[in-house]
Amino acid sequence: MNAQHQPTGSAYFIDKETQAVENHTLSVLVSNEPGVLARVIGLFSGRGYNIESLTVSETEHEAHLSRITIVTRGTPHVLEQIKAQLERIVPVHRVVDLTVRAVELGADRPVERELALIKVAGSGDARVESLRLAEAFRAKVIDATVGHFIFEITGKPSKIDQFIAIMKPMGLIEVCRTGIAALNRGPQGM
Amino acid sequence: MTGKDTQNDGKMTGAEIVLRALKDNGVEHIFGYPGGAVLPIYDEIFQQDDIQHILVRHEQGAGHAAEGYARSTGKPGVMLVTSGPGATNAVTPLQDALMDSIPLVCLSGQVSTTLIGSDAFQECDTVGITRPCTKHNWLVKDVNDLAATIHEAFRIATTGRPGPVVVDIPKDVQFATGTYTPPAATQPKGNYKPKMQGDLDRIRAAVELMASARRPIIYSGGGVVNSGPEASQLLRELVELTGFPITSTLMGLGSYPASGKNWLGMLGMHGTYEANMAMHDCDVMVCIGARFDDRITGRLNAFSPNSKKIHIDIDPSSINKTVRVDVPILGDVGRVLEDMVRLWRATANKADKSHLKDWWENIARWRARNSLAYRPNDDVIMPQYAIQRLYEKTKHLDTYITTEVGQHQMWAAQFYGFEKPNRWMTSGGLGTMGYGLPAALGAQIAHPESLVIDIAGDASVQMTMQEMSAAVQYNAPIKIFILNNQYMGMVRQWQQLLHGNRLSNSYTEAMPDFVLMAQAFGAHGIRCEKPGDLDDAIQEMIDVKKPVLFDCRVANLANCFPMIPSGKAHNEMLLPDEATDEAVANAIDAKGRQLV
Repeated sequence: MNAQHQPTGSAYFIDKETQAVENHTLSVLVSNEPGVLARVIGLFSGRGYNIESLTVSETEHEAHLSRITIVTRGTPHVLEQIKAQLERIVPVHRVVDLTVRAVELGADRPVERELALIKVAGSGDARVESLRLAEAFRAKVIDATVGHFIFEITGKPSKIDQFIAIMKPMGLIEVCRTGIAALNRGPQGM
Repeated sequence: MTGKDTQNDGKMTGAEIVLRALKDNGVEHIFGYPGGAVLPIYDEIFQQDDIQHILVRHEQGAGHAAEGYARSTGKPGVMLVTSGPGATNAVTPLQDALMDSIPLVCLSGQVSTTLIGSDAFQECDTVGITRPCTKHNWLVKDVNDLAATIHEAFRIATTGRPGPVVVDIPKDVQFATGTYTPPAATQPKGNYKPKMQGDLDRIRAAVELMASARRPIIYSGGGVVNSGPEASQLLRELVELTGFPITSTLMGLGSYPASGKNWLGMLGMHGTYEANMAMHDCDVMVCIGARFDDRITGRLNAFSPNSKKIHIDIDPSSINKTVRVDVPILGDVGRVLEDMVRLWRATANKADKSHLKDWWENIARWRARNSLAYRPNDDVIMPQYAIQRLYEKTKHLDTYITTEVGQHQMWAAQFYGFEKPNRWMTSGGLGTMGYGLPAALGAQIAHPESLVIDIAGDASVQMTMQEMSAAVQYNAPIKIFILNNQYMGMVRQWQQLLHGNRLSNSYTEAMPDFVLMAQAFGAHGIRCEKPGDLDDAIQEMIDVKKPVLFDCRVANLANCFPMIPSGKAHNEMLLPDEATDEAVANAIDAKGRQLV
């Protein structure tokens, strides 16, 4: 979402960062109170961090807790700083870098899923082909007229990317994606 | 307000709750400015005597006064402003307090809850605007949450890494009736729990590293002052025990006395040669409550290249932010120093400091370079000389010093010796011109019998000059010692360094007559133009029991040295005797030009 640029922190980073840039998924447990999302995303924009994907919803109603899942990009040094800065926000309870944690647990990545709604309009062969491809991707038809379909698809972001790319020539009209929801494998919580 | 609560089963109006909560949090003074959305609170202020309200002339003044109050006492400063412009005027001091970690509680009025979002008169999104410039903020929509929120605000402002907070209170909540809960009966909400005690294994590792050092240095900062007077005491003890040299950031001056034998002076962009060279060449650096700010480190990849670094800080995000450290210790400076001193006593070879002999000889050579030297002048007052005389005339008194921002600030840091913490108040992180005068007012309100001096520049002081009127109103005899060179001196210095001596808008052509201005305010004005008259004029300033504007006419074109030019390392300082016009013009290369 934010334009990608060199990590900030100080005007005195004259030298280019030598560490490689990585994509990490952070799970942020916050009090469900007004403004908490603004605090989190304000931190990202204010300090020049990137947000690739963001999802948020209340997850524990009794305890008034919401979980924000953020996919961000940066060098390991910047990712460490993002975590520390998030932890400074008063209503933030816990921050777990799921990507780091996954490696510690012996996995490659956390389990990451996304849902997308995809509207395709067309007739004739393209229409038939889009339906056939949707079946192959296990996408469901949730709305249709003689002129269009809305498909619902769930899966890894890469799968959704691929499905959208394939739908383009079939008469893709618009796409809505939820952003990534993620958990780590195994019996333990975050 | 007293008595009403017992009659009404602890029920009070929101405005009463505000006053009661302030009192229960130990507040004696608040700085503020009334307006439509805070009138119910002002009405309560009128009807009580426990808390004194200091009426400023601009909300920015209220904020800086509260900061000066906080920094000179160690207690939180409190400001009260109205909605809309009152709140937006508070933004500068809030950000100032955030960057310098000052406990500041700002209560703001807001339009009634029913009007929020309707673009009502004097409405602004206060919590939205102040979100990035506070440690935390709240909009209180229910009068029954008001007391708990204010208590929580004080707790968050004063604990952990201190900082500013805002409690935004809509007018209908101030009128509504609700239940008051005292601080003791209020459950802390959420998960906020700063880590105070340092990890003992880390501290042990630090002590071992320090014991093995041959070229050690202690670099302390504002965190030591914030941690309380005991932390400064422990720092002094640690320096005494280890025999290490010590330098400090601008924010930390006074934690270790300037007269102490291990003192190297301030470090950083305008720090001493010996402090910066020792930082560059050291083998073990002990950073205590400082944050490796860009004014301190200079060029990062050349910052102290061969040292192992120990960093004590209460804020996890300060650790490894810009400089990688070897032994990070998360915790309150005072608590960690306590453990460190104890462990040093128990384990280290305490008596033998002979292995530091070579290091101290090196330092003596750097010191002999006399990096703060300037050319004295019999006809014109040199700004450095003015500070030196001010120091000589006031050092035996109970003195608090504030400053504005610019050359005068750096000269004050270089030439005024601070012996105790909480005596030096300056805007370090944000660099707010106009900070010093209202901060002096705040410090004077907290210490009515003390001598409070704002070492000012002619440009900065005009930014918040209106608060002289508040000082006169409250008989706060603050002394505004203006080093008047008719320039924004530091701006000009950078134009000379970076922009071919093209002095764009840094000269003040229509300087007000500060003596007449003082008279207009009902204060006392002094002008001094000759070095020979300076001592008597300073004495007059001290003796007058009134606010004073002291117009000290100094050499117009003096510049502030030594200096680490932008993009340079600690060992590439520009020293005063080498700072020819040509050296100044070529000091910063193309890469350094883009830096601030």
